Amino acid sequence: MLRWIVWRDLMLAWRRRSDMLSTLFFFVIVVSLFPLGIGPELQLLRSIAPGVVWVAALLASMLSLGRLFANDYQDGTLEQLLLTPQPLYLVVVGKVLAHWIIAELPLVLIAPLVGVQFDLSRETLWVLFVSLLVGTPILSLIGSVGAALTLGLRGGGVLISILILPLYIPALIFGAGAVEASIIGMTPVSHLYLLGAFAIVSLLFAPWAASAALRISLE
Amino acid sequence: MRGDRRLFSGLDFSLSSGTFVQLTGPNGSGKTSLLRILCGLLEPAEGKVNWQGANIRSLGEDYFADVTYLGHRPGVKDELSALENLRIANALHGVQVSQEDALAALQRMGLAGRETMPARFLSEGQRRRVALARLLVCKTRLWLLDEVMTSLDKGAVGLVRSLIEEHLNRDGIAIVATHQELELSAGVTQRLELTT
Repeated sequence: MLRWIVWRDLMLAWRRRSDMLSTLFFFVIVVSLFPLGIGPELQLLRSIAPGVVWVAALLASMLSLGRLFANDYQDGTLEQLLLTPQPLYLVVVGKVLAHWIIAELPLVLIAPLVGVQFDLSRETLWVLFVSLLVGTPILSLIGSVGAALTLGLRGGGVLISILILPLYIPALIFGAGAVEASIIGMTPVSHLYLLGAFAIVSLLFAPWAASAALRISLE
Repeated sequence: MRGDRRLFSGLDFSLSSGTFVQLTGPNGSGKTSLLRILCGLLEPAEGKVNWQGANIRSLGEDYFADVTYLGHRPGVKDELSALENLRIANALHGVQVSQEDALAALQRMGLAGRETMPARFLSEGQRRRVALARLLVCKTRLWLLDEVMTSLDKGAVGLVRSLIEEHLNRDGIAIVATHQELELSAGVTQRLELTT
């Protein structure tokens, strides 16, 4: 069941590759604008790198979240998903997992590459990669609640940002904090643990909240 | 209830196997709302819906295993082919359909030769046929069909009629909201007319 939802969403994304690529390009361009705008001040670049990369990741996830349920809502397949003989929780987990693979994973993979522009050491790039790997599922999970709540509303895209970005703050603090710790030569492990704990808590509660919101949106 | 308006009240009926209910009424009389209440998408303001003696709220997902609901929107993905649409929709409802069965169902719905074409190239009526093909392979007992005859040609309407007849002969129940008269030769036909 979970497998079918993930497979379906991956196939749909593959048939509309441009959506997937636009999120990735947005991330790469936003991150690259900072070194270009600031110039070759390595000390400054190094200190802003964690914040810039993480904020760009948050904004990029905003771009794709609007589509998480909206496309299915418009053609009536979301109704059918709600009527499947499986817990709605699983349906949401499947869709979120697919969303993470489509929208967040490419970004995680390319982050070390764009991080090079900020003169980060190899070790720090590695921490950046791990922090995004642990942290981006939080963005998909919490984002699914916002996407479900704003389903069918006009101007839902802006509303999602207002609702969800404040909830991303813990992920931003610990994610960027881990990279920062690594830059100043401290261990990033404690930050990563907290980030992981936050990811687990979101996995428990976000799909449940999103299911409830979906039921309300479809009434 | 829709908004502040009461659509219908005092509605009380029970259906036994092999019953066909034709739900009629002017636009806005609550046909869709009634069907959505019956399939569990919408919660009634008052009252309850029972399936085999148990409230559908307490049955939860088990109830959905017995129901097929086809709504206004066909629920067909533009990017997927008719074949993929049919097989995935069924897999999500817990019914694995083999390639051959799915092809046979689409063929019967008059979609031969268009099975692997992305659904965005199909006409409105053909999409509707893809959605209806699910009725051929699903094994649910209760069918709730909401205006599924719109944008179908005469041949397809006849096909839907025979599908419902076969379903009734298998002791199924079908509740169909429609403006067209459906004369069935099987089962017991009841009419439920909603007024505004």
